[in-house]
Amino acid sequence: MTIVEKILSSHSGKAVYAGELTIVSVDGIMASDTTAPYAIKSFQSMDGKTLWDSEKCTFVIDHASPAPTEKIANLHKFMRDFAIEQNIRVFDIGEGICHQLIVEKDLVKPGQVFIGADSHTCTYGALNAFSTGVGSSDLAAVMLTGKIWLKVPETIKVTYKGTLPDGVVAKDLILALGKILGIDGATYQTIEFHGEVVEKLSLSNRMTMANMVIEMGAKAGIFTPIGLDLPYEWTATYADDNAKYSREIEIDVSNMTSKISMPNSPDNVFDIAEAVGTPIQYAFIGTCTNGRLDDLQQAAEILRGEKIASSVRLLIAPASKNVFIEAIKDGTAQILMEAGATFLPSGCGPCVGTHLGVPGDDETVISAGNRNFRGRMGNPNAKVYLSSPAVVAKSALKGEISAL
Amino acid sequence: MTFVYGDNIDTDRIIAGKYTKTLDMNTLVEHVLEDLDPTFKNKVQQGDYLVGGYNFGCGSSREQAPIALKLSGVSVVLAKSFARIFFRNAINIGLPVLEIQNHDIESGDEIKVDLLTGEVKNITKSKSYFAAPMPKVMIDILKEGGLANYLKKYGDYQL
Ligand code: SF4
Repeated sequence: MTIVEKILSSHSGKAVYAGELTIVSVDGIMASDTTAPYAIKSFQSMDGKTLWDSEKCTFVIDHASPAPTEKIANLHKFMRDFAIEQNIRVFDIGEGICHQLIVEKDLVKPGQVFIGADSHTCTYGALNAFSTGVGSSDLAAVMLTGKIWLKVPETIKVTYKGTLPDGVVAKDLILALGKILGIDGATYQTIEFHGEVVEKLSLSNRMTMANMVIEMGAKAGIFTPIGLDLPYEWTATYADDNAKYSREIEIDVSNMTSKISMPNSPDNVFDIAEAVGTPIQYAFIGTCTNGRLDDLQQAAEILRGEKIASSVRLLIAPASKNVFIEAIKDGTAQILMEAGATFLPSGCGPCVGTHLGVPGDDETVISAGNRNFRGRMGNPNAKVYLSSPAVVAKSALKGEISAL
Repeated sequence: MTFVYGDNIDTDRIIAGKYTKTLDMNTLVEHVLEDLDPTFKNKVQQGDYLVGGYNFGCGSSREQAPIALKLSGVSVVLAKSFARIFFRNAINIGLPVLEIQNHDIESGDEIKVDLLTGEVKNITKSKSYFAAPMPKVMIDILKEGGLANYLKKYGDYQL
């Protein structure tokens, strides 16, 4: 059995294999301010009165937070009111990005099934768990029943081997895979991550990679439990030696260089050299992909004692308040601010184009985020490149896309 | 009428994130597909078909994407393949979606869709295509007009 077959079997009460439809019990759910209001409406139109288990539900106000308009303020209020009525945990403005908080607060654990009304819910596969994103109605149905129907996905096994060259990081590893699989190369499937390279990665790095499997259409991206270091007792789920995979991919990282995704699709990936010299006006570090402490530290390493180009604005939105506090404590935030960065409240920030830093027409952005679809950051006439936080910092310093 | 678009039409292009922060779903219609095809919202009429290539609806989990299409009048979305979350969301809000891997429908082709058999007739080209079969639970949800009605009726999932 693959890891996903094992986890879904343990939540179905019977052995299930790829291709089978099954109803699974759910260990945790989450919705953000983009999806919760409609999920609540949907729950009510299902005649829902009380949640199946409010302790297992979390709401996060992160996507347009704090509220930029009256309309959005009222949606937030609607969420809070419902949460109070139903006794649902809320992480309010400034607490951080939903996916960061769910992991940081131990609201998902290895071996669990977690359903979130946000496509990047796949991030928790970093924890050797099954997690996937759904829309508001599917989430409302879990709020009501505690269950969801799923087709057990086939699995693509990806093995990273070799020795990571200096400066090549998790973001490059996942962009490289995106290039191989393409934007729909893993649709309806799970990606299982294996190999000596990923076994050495931190939880934060594993999250960066699991986060972006949706950019290949995958339902989930699950890491080997090997090398996973957690501060509590947990049970590992391994794939069997004879597990059946739909495809096996081996990636040798020894000669890899930094990667960059060019506009307008995350799978439009090239070696950084192909983009070097492209002038930029706007650099962004943050998001559920690359807004954690180690990401900010890597940027600070580049910008220590330096000043970003005068033609560039550098915005930073830490993935959570906790990350922000740590970055203040260890001096990272100060280094970045002295270099010219502007800090935004913890949350999604400009990632989704609702507020807080929309690019202008014909401007070029380099972002540490996960998506660069046309219009993603709020303006279809801007171009967005995606890369690692260090490359973003270096590019902000030089005023043009730069290699490390 | 049949509107035909290409591969990888993502949810940001169906309805941009900046328009999704509302519970008044009718406001979505104003902006549906606005960047991809600014003429769509004025031309589309109740019962029209939307046809895509591969990976239709990739990207975000926003249910506003199929809702915007449905409220604008689209009666069925056909595509060579769908992104997983969009496919579920469309069924859950009662918008039929048919996956037809080998279609060659072009703008202007007159088509006729039989949801029960999954047969799509291209009258202009005098040929037929057949949709990949859907799981029973999805058909049941569609029959009830969406997941809300389905759960109101059954209270729980029936496999
Ligand atoms: S940071 Fe961006 S990708 Fe992550 S949850 Fe927020 S909007 Fe989505």
